[in-house]
Amino acid sequence: MSAIAPERQASVADTDGEVVVSRYTGVQRVNHWITALLFTLLGLSGLALFSPYLFFLTGLFGGGQSTRAVHPWFGVALMLSFAVLFVRFWRLNMPSRDDITWMIHIGDIVRNRHDRLPAIGKYNAGQKGVFWSQTALILVMFFSGLVIWDQYFFAYTGIEQKRYALLTHSLAAIAAMAIILVHIYAGLWIRGTSRAMIRGSVTGGWARRHHRKWFKQATLRGDVHRDVGHG
Amino acid sequence: MADYTSLDIVQRSASTDQPPTVRSKTEVAKLIDVSRCIGCKACQVACQEWNDIRDGIGENTGVYDNPHDLSAKTWTLMRFTEYEQTGGELEFLIRKDGCMHCTDPGCLKACPSPGAIVQYANGIVDFVEENCIGCGYCIKGCPFNIPRVSQEDRKAYKCTLCSDRVAVGQAPACAKACPTGAIMFGTKEAMIEQADHRVVDLQSRGFDKAGLYNPLGVGGTHVMYVLHHADKPEIYANLPNNPRISPLVNFWKGGFKVVGLASLAFAAIGGFLHYITAGPDEVPKSEEQEAAHEAEGHIK
Amino acid sequence: MTNHWADIKHADVIVVMGGNSAEAHPCGFKWVIEAKVKNNAKLVVIDPRFTRTASVADIYCPIRPGTDIAFLNAVTKYLLDHDKLQHEYVNAYTNCGFIVKEGFGFQDGLFTGYDEGKRDYDKATWEYEIGPDGYAVVDPTLQHPRCVMQLLKQHVAQYTPELVERICGSPKEKFLQICELIATTSVPDRTMSSLYALGWTHHSKGSQNIRAMTIVQMLLGNIGMLGGGMNALRGHSNIQGLTDLGLMSNLLPGYMTLPQEREVTLADYMSTKHFKPLRPGQTSYWQNYGKFFVSFQKAFYGKAATKENDWAYDYLPKLDVLAYDVLRAFEMAQDGKITGYVIQGFNPLMSFPNRAKMAEAFGKMKFIVVMDPLQTETARFWQNHGEYNDVDPKAIQTEVFELPTTCFAEDEGSLSNSSRWLQWHWAAQEAPAEARSDIDIMASLHLRIKALYEKEGGAFPDPILNVNWPYEIEDAPRPDELAREINGYTLADIKDASGAVIPAGKQVDGFAQLTDDGTTACGCWVYSGCFTEKGNQMARRDNTDPGDRGIAPNWAWAWPSNRRILYNRASCDPQGKPWAERKKLMEWNGSRWVGFDVPDYGPTVAPEKNVGPFIMNPEGVARLFVRGLMRDGPFPAHYEPFESPQANLTAPKIRGNPASRIFKRDLAQLGDPKDYPYAATSYRLTEHFHFWTKHARVNAILQPEFFVEISEQLAAEKGVSRGDWVRVWSPRGSIKAKAVVTKRIKPLMCDGKAVHVVGIPHHFGFTGSTKPGFGPNSLTPVVGDANIETPEFKAWLVNLERTTPPAVPVA
Repeated sequence: MSAIAPERQASVADTDGEVVVSRYTGVQRVNHWITALLFTLLGLSGLALFSPYLFFLTGLFGGGQSTRAVHPWFGVALMLSFAVLFVRFWRLNMPSRDDITWMIHIGDIVRNRHDRLPAIGKYNAGQKGVFWSQTALILVMFFSGLVIWDQYFFAYTGIEQKRYALLTHSLAAIAAMAIILVHIYAGLWIRGTSRAMIRGSVTGGWARRHHRKWFKQATLRGDVHRDVGHG
Repeated sequence: MADYTSLDIVQRSASTDQPPTVRSKTEVAKLIDVSRCIGCKACQVACQEWNDIRDGIGENTGVYDNPHDLSAKTWTLMRFTEYEQTGGELEFLIRKDGCMHCTDPGCLKACPSPGAIVQYANGIVDFVEENCIGCGYCIKGCPFNIPRVSQEDRKAYKCTLCSDRVAVGQAPACAKACPTGAIMFGTKEAMIEQADHRVVDLQSRGFDKAGLYNPLGVGGTHVMYVLHHADKPEIYANLPNNPRISPLVNFWKGGFKVVGLASLAFAAIGGFLHYITAGPDEVPKSEEQEAAHEAEGHIK
Repeated sequence: MTNHWADIKHADVIVVMGGNSAEAHPCGFKWVIEAKVKNNAKLVVIDPRFTRTASVADIYCPIRPGTDIAFLNAVTKYLLDHDKLQHEYVNAYTNCGFIVKEGFGFQDGLFTGYDEGKRDYDKATWEYEIGPDGYAVVDPTLQHPRCVMQLLKQHVAQYTPELVERICGSPKEKFLQICELIATTSVPDRTMSSLYALGWTHHSKGSQNIRAMTIVQMLLGNIGMLGGGMNALRGHSNIQGLTDLGLMSNLLPGYMTLPQEREVTLADYMSTKHFKPLRPGQTSYWQNYGKFFVSFQKAFYGKAATKENDWAYDYLPKLDVLAYDVLRAFEMAQDGKITGYVIQGFNPLMSFPNRAKMAEAFGKMKFIVVMDPLQTETARFWQNHGEYNDVDPKAIQTEVFELPTTCFAEDEGSLSNSSRWLQWHWAAQEAPAEARSDIDIMASLHLRIKALYEKEGGAFPDPILNVNWPYEIEDAPRPDELAREINGYTLADIKDASGAVIPAGKQVDGFAQLTDDGTTACGCWVYSGCFTEKGNQMARRDNTDPGDRGIAPNWAWAWPSNRRILYNRASCDPQGKPWAERKKLMEWNGSRWVGFDVPDYGPTVAPEKNVGPFIMNPEGVARLFVRGLMRDGPFPAHYEPFESPQANLTAPKIRGNPASRIFKRDLAQLGDPKDYPYAATSYRLTEHFHFWTKHARVNAILQPEFFVEISEQLAAEKGVSRGDWVRVWSPRGSIKAKAVVTKRIKPLMCDGKAVHVVGIPHHFGFTGSTKPGFGPNSLTPVVGDANIETPEFKAWLVNLERTTPPAVPVA
């Protein structure tokens, strides 16, 4: 993972004179995408078992039996992968006063009036919301998932508990998927966002526009570089 | 997606197509007269032999119940209860446990795999192992705690009501083996009539509350009991009083299935609508220049 | 059974006492349920345990093991006191009016003539007064103080409901409730069926237990009746056949007796078998004994049995003791007096009392031969199985031969069931490996022994050398050849009852055609008629049942003479009319007896002839008072088991049955209630058949492990929880078992003291698919019934404590 070091992206000056800001290390990006991939696999396999309309998705996993077998293992992997993410990012996602002002301006955000927003740190309240809600939902899914993972844990709970777990698991999953849809959409809608997770850096303009406090801190820390272009 | 290979199939798990309806429906039922059961376990033997399943040899745990519970290889089981009436008179209640073949089967409702659980026109609820994915949702769907998933092959099993025998006009193996006629088999109508006779007899012998157990909470069952104490089914080794599919399962497999998918669709469509109305948020060139300017001097 | 399985459906009251028919006879029990469902019958269960039979009973009453006679004599008293007798039946068909000899009496628990040293009676006074005409004197008014009815009243007078409660621990209200119900069958159109089994026979007074109920049934007029009778439910296939064919040390086939030592000549032997009628005109069918005996000798010895040599009477062994029953046999083996034992299809190490004694006896033998389709503990008695068979193989020199035999599904032949039906069956499959049928093995054995005698001679080889052996293949007689021989055949032209000639070499139609002049041969007279010139009657399978009497006369064949209900003449009044239309079996049509069953009576004997329905008895009537025919008394009397938690309340000085034989060593090993306070009883479980099914996986799944059953109260006293290991011991041994703690066994309040019952099932051992276990017989005492030496398996004493699991057997 260390092969994709951030230094490489900042080695040559950009002809436009624009700057980029390092946002995620390579390890972080790999970590994120593994999580994302697992989330996708879990979502697809979970949905396959959730609704007969989507049962055809089991074909992606080699059929119903293997979908059922592999889904909980994806879950375990996601839990581990997400745990790493969590350790890296939980501090940055601690709530701050700015979150309140940000939330007050939610109307402006959806209307793309970012000029009216206050200066925000590395993460805005929405992103923090995604972080914490996923943290909570993944925990809920993990533990409710254990309860209904009959292959290994059948004996530890009663049937009524399993029923609660099943419902909770699917409620949490739907919530998690809905939130992730918003998360993905935000990445598409707010242009320039996705490169943070793809290339590790964002443009200076993006950083200044959406996370001005963080941009300033990054500037002071020397995390701003000439853009090397998208080779 | 549904594959109604037989006109006899009237319900099929996780299937959205209309089942065939042309074939006339004669419902069958097994009537278990608990008041004439002697707990000989011949039904257990018949079940093991007809279905060619053998459970492990267990141990004695201080009761007559052996095996101790239903399993993937034990589809029916005598459950023994020593019940002391308030007057001190002892009763030794022996109930043959197994699938009740509900008219409204919770297992079928919960099953996510198309065609893994089917209900035939005669009322029998059957597991189709070919389609079973081993998730165990049927266990959660069942109000009677009947299905068991095999640890060996991760497939769910339960009493088939000998659907293979019934299909060729034979009574289930247990009914055939029962020495005292405590297990009867016939059309559901005939069995209800039979039960009525038995109830009258039991009432004449002092069991005022004798009655038929055919719980309507699951739409009635195709395995019914004649009980001496129909007002207290729970004394027969926890036979549920007014069983019904758990509201949790009902919500999960009913309303929530729709609401859940709808909310995901709503999230996706909402995003799309937002995109086509508000459009993408792009960073203006000026912002980039501003940023570059501000960063001047800090760039390595 | 006097009646038969299907007949139970006609009963109005069914009493299961001394048995647990739902568990031990689940298939036959269908008829009990049929009676309940279709005939509105009431089922009564009287048992120390609330059994699975009790689970479907209308009335259950607990009883302390071994106290049935007190209970039943009290029922008799109830019937007499409340005048619930079928008088016309009792007066006409029982010996109630017969006058008993002067001097007969009963005091302090003993009948007249007791000799304590011999533990036996001089039975001289247990006899009728014989009048000048040579017949028994009868007082039809029943007023004579020495008539049987008066003596019976006197005999049962002490058995009050209160005494029942004190002895049996049966609550008085329950007892009276049962009496009331039983009494309802004293009317002619209601009958009671008594179902019993080893729960009555496995006592030191087993025969008298049955007698006690027989008296009740006679008083109610329920013998010979549709839905009535004394119905012994035989446990072991083919145990009915075993008794019929006389496989006892003192019997010949067909309930004939082996000669005693003192019966030196045939004349001596026959002198005790005249069976002269005790009332005018009575049938006394045993008068034909000579025909049955001579025909048997002809079947056995063929041409070697001649009139000149008294039909080879000298070839028969003569008994120097009453019988070489198993208790005596192993007593002798323990003393080294029996040194070899051929064990054919049973498992004595586990089946006989006091396993330690059995093991010692086997260890002293030179050889044993075990013929069995399955592995038995007996065949492995020398092998160490940890605590389950803690022996030192090096110390045992006995040579063990195991001869694998076919099982019932692998051979052809007939099985006799409790209904006395002989049902032919065919082999379903080939026997595995080296297994051979018992017939083949015995035939080969016979031929080899015979060859040895031929070669080496011997003291008296004639009985072996002259055995009639007419089989096509000498070392493998066919079952049908044997069946034909058992049925009987003519050796010369004879005439039947109508005068028609039956040529030589033909199968006889029945025992009526047997002769005592050597012109017929018959292997077992009671079975005569099973394989006639019409073919194999046992193989018939027509279930047509005229009149829905459950008789189906063309299904298989029942002895005697295809009669389904014994003493059925008693189903009609003395004038020959059925007592009740709904109980009709047959009737006198003016010239002969006609109906659904074969009359147990002369088919053309008119009612006016006053011939009694009990044609085997010289009296022609049934015996409430049984004369000297039983060793322990003409009436049943309450005796405690030899090991009892309570002294005999009716005769405190008497221990056990005073007429039962008990050997010194066994007497010394009897326990005292101070050290062994709990009443133990043994029984079978519905999940298993004897020692067979523990080898079958399916049955092992259903009941995998040995256990004992105790009440919640005893468990609490001993700190035992459900499923704990307990140790149970008697002076003769100690066992370990899982505890089934149950409400179905309750402490019995006997004479103000709580008696705890410990239930110990049979079936388990150290071979087979079930978990290794013990049986009850490590603990049971070696003492038997006074008449037939059936061991007292059902009532003895033990102690009990919580313990640790047994040591794992050495692999």
